[in-house]
Amino acid sequence: MKRIWTKIIGLGALAFILLPQIALAAGEKAAPLVIVADTRRFTGWQAWWTNLYNESHLYFTLVTVAIIPVVGFLFGCLADLIMGRIGIDLKSRELAEH
Amino acid sequence: MDWLYVLMPIAGVKIFWPGLIILGVGVGIIGGFFGMGGAWMVTPGLNILGFPMAFAIGTDIAHMAGKSLISTMRHGKFGNVDYKLGIVMLVGTVVGFEVGAQMVMWLERIGQVEKYVRYLYLILLALIAWMVFADVAKKRRKEREAARTGASLEALATGIEWHKTIHRIKIPPMIHFKEAQIYISFWMPVLVSFLTGWLAGILGIGGGLIRMPALIYFIGCPTHVAVGTDLFEVMISGLYGTATYTYKGRTELVAAIIMLIGAAVGAQIGTVATKYIKGYGIRIAFGLAVVGCAISIILKLLARAIPPYAAIFDGSATVLILGLVAAMSLYIFVRMVQGAKQEVAAKRAAAKVPVAG
Repeated sequence: MKRIWTKIIGLGALAFILLPQIALAAGEKAAPLVIVADTRRFTGWQAWWTNLYNESHLYFTLVTVAIIPVVGFLFGCLADLIMGRIGIDLKSRELAEH
Repeated sequence: MDWLYVLMPIAGVKIFWPGLIILGVGVGIIGGFFGMGGAWMVTPGLNILGFPMAFAIGTDIAHMAGKSLISTMRHGKFGNVDYKLGIVMLVGTVVGFEVGAQMVMWLERIGQVEKYVRYLYLILLALIAWMVFADVAKKRRKEREAARTGASLEALATGIEWHKTIHRIKIPPMIHFKEAQIYISFWMPVLVSFLTGWLAGILGIGGGLIRMPALIYFIGCPTHVAVGTDLFEVMISGLYGTATYTYKGRTELVAAIIMLIGAAVGAQIGTVATKYIKGYGIRIAFGLAVVGCAISIILKLLARAIPPYAAIFDGSATVLILGLVAAMSLYIFVRMVQGAKQEVAAKRAAAKVPVAG
């Protein structure tokens, strides 16, 4: 069972790394040019961020893909808290097609 | 007024950040309400704010993934997300999308693919709009007939009932989807998602615009569950798209996060509004959004066909899309506030009754 799970996770990780290369092929094509961020204009975290972009698109992608759901989750929880204060029922609704 | 602008680290352009938040609120409301990513609305908006086109699409997809997660969380609490159905459909969507994408690459060798893709998109939007309004007309006809005989339609009655024919196909394994309240062959959602994914792959779009009506008319999901389940799929495909575009260096994360601040609020408003606007209200509004999207594509086609007036047609398409976003967001917001006020008032009245007794 453990071997099967190892294989599934391994294949999933492989697909995650390789598939983006061919995915969205029908979408708007990115121009075949290299974009370099101007690190001279930034300091602190912005300088680190632009450097990461220039040095490795792979790490830049991994950090972006990790940050988006985390930020979405945090903002979602925050907005949930605020909505919860207006006093409406946020856990049920009628199932109706009227 | 320099504080109103923020320098984007990667794109290297100064952007009016309140504009990003407003755009986020608008598409958050519409996305949470209709269950779609709304790339066709965001990309022109980002372009107007000064984003280079190369970054507009990637940034839009990144924000779409976060926004869909927020909406899915809220819809999930309402019981609007059928995760099992979403995962089953994801298989068909991914395979269909890749087949569609490869097909476009093959068609590109023939030439003029972009023009044909736009025509195909237009035909598809016309079909979706027809389907929605034919459904509404049929439901009203049923209601009139029922009223004539003194009966009333059941709460979950619908106009078009193609899903009933699909439900009669009993190819094993059969699956019960609890939230969607349907019992269907495993292969039907896989087939429908393959077809919608294939179309999305050919058209180069996220697919929410096609998948949401497909979930309603072919799978038989109640409208609210179709919206929630579709958002769950948009969230996963959005993350996948974010990886693709970011790896190509075309995502501006700072802008996506600023947009998410607005989208977090907008997504809550749009999702909660589905509590007060019933299934057919959502379907009618969705049909109108599809008509608006179709008109904007006609304007873009006209811009290509009549180059001297290209600027006018392109400008009109952008104004139409942003006007549509503003008008629909406002409508959904007002209906949500009205509904919330009524609910709070009813709660207060109910709380006073025992005291008076």
